[in-house]
Amino acid sequence: MSTVAKTPHEIRAEPMFDVHKIRRDFPILHQQVHGKPLVYLDNAATTQKPLAVIEAISNYYRHDNSNIHRGVHTLSERATEAYEKVRAAAQKFLNAASSKEIIFVRGTTEAINLVAQTYGRKNVSSGDEVVITAMEHHSNIVPWQLLCEEKGARLRVAPINDRGELLLEEFEKLLGPKTKIVAIGHLSNALGTINPVREIVRMAHARNIPVLVDGAQAAPRMQVDVQELDCDFYALSGHKLYGPTGIGILYGKMELLETMPPWQGGGDMIASVTFEKTVYNRLPYKFEAGTPNIADTIGLGAAIEYLSTLGLEQIEQHEAGLLNYATQAVGAIPGVRLVGTAKEKAGVLSFVMDDIHPHDIGTILDSEGIAVRTGHHCAQPVMQRFNIPATARASLGLYNTRQEIDALVAGIYKVQEVMG
Amino acid sequence: MSELRELYQEVILEHSKKPRNYRVLETANHKAEGFNPLCGDHFTVYLDVKDGAISDIGFQGSGCAISKASASMMTQTLKGKTTGEAEGIFSKFHDLVTGQAAGSGEDLGKLAVFAGVSEFPLRVKCATLAWHALRAALYGEEQAISTE
Ligand SMILES: Cc1ncc(COP(=O)(O)O)c(C=O)c1O
Repeated sequence: MSTVAKTPHEIRAEPMFDVHKIRRDFPILHQQVHGKPLVYLDNAATTQKPLAVIEAISNYYRHDNSNIHRGVHTLSERATEAYEKVRAAAQKFLNAASSKEIIFVRGTTEAINLVAQTYGRKNVSSGDEVVITAMEHHSNIVPWQLLCEEKGARLRVAPINDRGELLLEEFEKLLGPKTKIVAIGHLSNALGTINPVREIVRMAHARNIPVLVDGAQAAPRMQVDVQELDCDFYALSGHKLYGPTGIGILYGKMELLETMPPWQGGGDMIASVTFEKTVYNRLPYKFEAGTPNIADTIGLGAAIEYLSTLGLEQIEQHEAGLLNYATQAVGAIPGVRLVGTAKEKAGVLSFVMDDIHPHDIGTILDSEGIAVRTGHHCAQPVMQRFNIPATARASLGLYNTRQEIDALVAGIYKVQEVMG
Repeated sequence: MSELRELYQEVILEHSKKPRNYRVLETANHKAEGFNPLCGDHFTVYLDVKDGAISDIGFQGSGCAISKASASMMTQTLKGKTTGEAEGIFSKFHDLVTGQAAGSGEDLGKLAVFAGVSEFPLRVKCATLAWHALRAALYGEEQAISTE
């Protein structure tokens, strides 16, 4: 037996990201739709789940199911440990300073509502302002509208250019003494634009304004370091991160979370209750009222582990290569126009076709086994900005291949053929 | 592919590209908007109703090929019909596109081309959008009706 020592160069030369091998981890991908191999390009809506996630949930219910933070019996102890281990994994995943800064919620939407209803209601008053951008998902618009309506505050919207990029100077002009919070998407689900979060945070912090980042689309596509970004809140959804639905994370800086009132009342979020006075539990439990979604939290833990093993950097590189390829191939089809052409972009290819409505594109692509999303992508203001009713959107996941992009291109030609 | 061809028949494509009665009706005494928030399809239907009959009808708006062609052919079919007849036609049309019709819609005349929609349940809302707006217009519902 002889082992030849590898030089660092050789180690690097090994294929680090074997997409065909990775695809074997996702049982759902291996099926036919309308007699064609499934080409799943709707990853911005939700991602598919690796076996590790499916099995983690199933194993939890088979072996460890119990309520947490309560019983002293063995199963409860196991469930509690498994649940809290995910918090520690999430802390590492986002590089939060403390696991107490990780709050489990239902998803991005709930995370944003939590901040609007606690931090927002406490700190925003009549005449104050909340600043968002013109490329936000409805879930980063409506919670702030509700807050502003209740408080008599004003929602200010930073404009974007024709490529779908935030106009930073215009954004900065909106920041002033009345601004109480800034809420921005890290990566636009409708356009693919990556916002310069670090820069935005710097501008806001220079005026003592906290920043919430909607990370629903960024977290599955790039390494997120909340300390490096220096954002005050970061929201994400498990189901877009190759984990289950019904679970997500709100990261919040400890000193802000400490000052925020609880959101929902109930079990787990209290330290002691009498009818005269209730003492709230410490972080993060103050914000986790009631029995949480234990099984899906454990599923999320498996997803985080899966992604960390593959490496976010590798995933980012893989998707960047694919997006580049897709942008060239789809962009070159006559009669197709790409919507969202920011310089800093990832994961999302939105397009429209001359005289063909996105809804018809979606139906015809589906008949070819290709799943894309068509519509306004919960970003109606973005559609209004580009003066279109809807787009067709192909969004990438870590398991997509160039062959699948080729299938998309062939599918688009088919659309043109059918629609004459 | 054949199901797709059934859905996107020549007549449907032709109407979607050159919709009939595609205009704001100055003389309209009824009008209503139909809106599908899911895909952004949005039409306004205008009616001139005299003595219980639709003496003129027009529509405007934007939507997919199915919704536009359906609106266009609806206006062609209903011009001159009484409101009672219009109700009856819509009811039959609805059965046709949802796959509940007994036959293949022979009694619906040209509208029978929409039979293929029944194979695409997600597109039923497209095919019926203008018709829902029509009903809203006839029964004087002021608010934009929505398919959701
Ligand atoms: C950018 C962005 N923000 C927020 C959300 C909302 O996420 P969820 O529906 O999981 O709460 C989405 C999901 O579509 C999104 O793409």
